[in-house]
Amino acid sequence: MSQVPKESAPLEGYAAPSTVEEALRLIADGDATILAGGTDLMLQTKPGGRLPYRRKLVNIRRISELRGVSEKDGRMSIGALTTITDIDNNDLLNTVTPVLPQTANCFASSQIRNAGTVGGNICNASPAGDMIVPLLVLDAEVELSAWTNGAVTTRLVSLDKFFTGPGRTIKQPNELLTRIVFARPDKKLFAGYIKSGPRPALEISTVSAALSAIRDNGKLSRVRIALGAVGPTVLRAVKAEAYLEGKTVTAQVAAEAARLAAEDASPIDDVRATAWYRRHLIQVYIKRLLENDSQG
Amino acid sequence: MTAKVDISFTLNGHLKKVSVPIDMSALTMLRDMLGMTGTKLACGEGECGACTILVDGVSLNSCLMYAAECDGRTVLTIEGLRTAAGLDPMQKAFVEKGAIQCGYCMPGMIMQAKYLADTKGKMTHEELQRGLEGNVCRCTGYKKVFDAVAAVVGVTE
Ligand SMILES: Cc1cc2nc3c(=O)[nH]c(=O)nc-3n(C[C@H](O)[C@H](O)[C@H](O)COP(=O)(O)OP(=O)(O)OC[C@H]3O[C@@H](n4cnc5c(N)ncnc54)[C@H](O)[C@@H]3O)c2cc1C
Ligand code: FES
Ligand code: FES
Repeated sequence: MSQVPKESAPLEGYAAPSTVEEALRLIADGDATILAGGTDLMLQTKPGGRLPYRRKLVNIRRISELRGVSEKDGRMSIGALTTITDIDNNDLLNTVTPVLPQTANCFASSQIRNAGTVGGNICNASPAGDMIVPLLVLDAEVELSAWTNGAVTTRLVSLDKFFTGPGRTIKQPNELLTRIVFARPDKKLFAGYIKSGPRPALEISTVSAALSAIRDNGKLSRVRIALGAVGPTVLRAVKAEAYLEGKTVTAQVAAEAARLAAEDASPIDDVRATAWYRRHLIQVYIKRLLENDSQG
Repeated sequence: MTAKVDISFTLNGHLKKVSVPIDMSALTMLRDMLGMTGTKLACGEGECGACTILVDGVSLNSCLMYAAECDGRTVLTIEGLRTAAGLDPMQKAFVEKGAIQCGYCMPGMIMQAKYLADTKGKMTHEELQRGLEGNVCRCTGYKKVFDAVAAVVGVTE
């Protein structure tokens, strides 16, 4: 007996607004599915897929104010509709936080990077979402916007608090993720990202890791470590972070930090790797990220 | 029944007006509604690149694109590469270098090669490999594909 696939109720309406306000009014009833690049949505909504459509499809791709990178008063802002290709090619990010273009560069294929957006990557809330990992170590926040009581309202939420499980976030159905913001990193801050896989593209990460810290006279401070694909959401390795605070990196320190990071994770066995192998990879990556720094 | 939406867009230089179901992919619209079967369906999941088209000059997997999103845009498929002057230089290079075997991947491969040539121009071999990473070919082993693109844009080591 074949299983009856979970069918969406038929879509009744479609709109492609060109401003944020227009989009927020359209989704105010909470009964809209949001379309950005579609590279996750198209597959997830196929008959039998995990995501049923809501009553209407609201295509936000035409909202030009939500595409691009800017800086104001020491705050960086990335519009939700900025594509992965845009991030890969962005001069400002390349100067200020090269870790973001580097991550974008090993994301999927050229065609997927051209379509996929950073807002879609975050809202899709995959534990393996590539852009989420380096954004976490930059202490990024997301701006959520809604239309309430006849006006546009926004709230800023730490990316760290945004995810509640695989594919689940605190975003309400009437909210749009409009921007990602973070402080322009200190000049002494270094940040790196490593993603596993025999070839970087078209490879859902088996494990990914990002690390950032300020290094002053050899001593680390403001240490952040994020790990992808080793738990229900992308997660912070808080024990390893706390341990590294104030330390000078030696082989011993790196090994202990790596061990603690593996403890912070909760990997599972699946088709791509065993939990044991994932813990092993975490340790290799944390050591590598710390060593790369010690040369720089 | 899923509702439809009326769209109009430029397909290979001609204005098209169609009414498409909201959840239909651009690939299904091209092949099944417009009879443009040059663009191929293989995986249907963004993994193989056989369905690559250019939208406003940017390469995309048409199996993952909503047809409705074509509204107001300029779409180029493999059928539109050939002009009154004959084959596109990229098509000619693929033929001359013997880069085509069964041909199934080729419409997508050539559109992606065209995109790389238009946006990057001269490339390193690694950039070319990375640029074609989303296009899977089961026949050629890629060597002659790289040779063909190199003949058009110039590839450095
Ligand atoms: C072949 C293939 C390879 C891939 N490789 C990678 C990879 O290497 N790394 C990786 O991380 N991902 C990868 N992905 C997944 C996907 O491409 C990315 O997650 C992409 O960034 C999603 O962006 P999108 O704009 O296409 O999102 P969409 O598919 O349009 O949307 C995704 C989800 O987010 C919601 N949404 C989108 N934007 C907003 C917004 N602004 N506000 C509120 N909700 C919103 C949508 O409703 C939907 O639920 C791959 C996918 C495919 C098909
Ligand atoms: S058919 Fe679209 S990528 Fe394979
Ligand atoms: S020529 Fe046969 S798949 Fe590429």
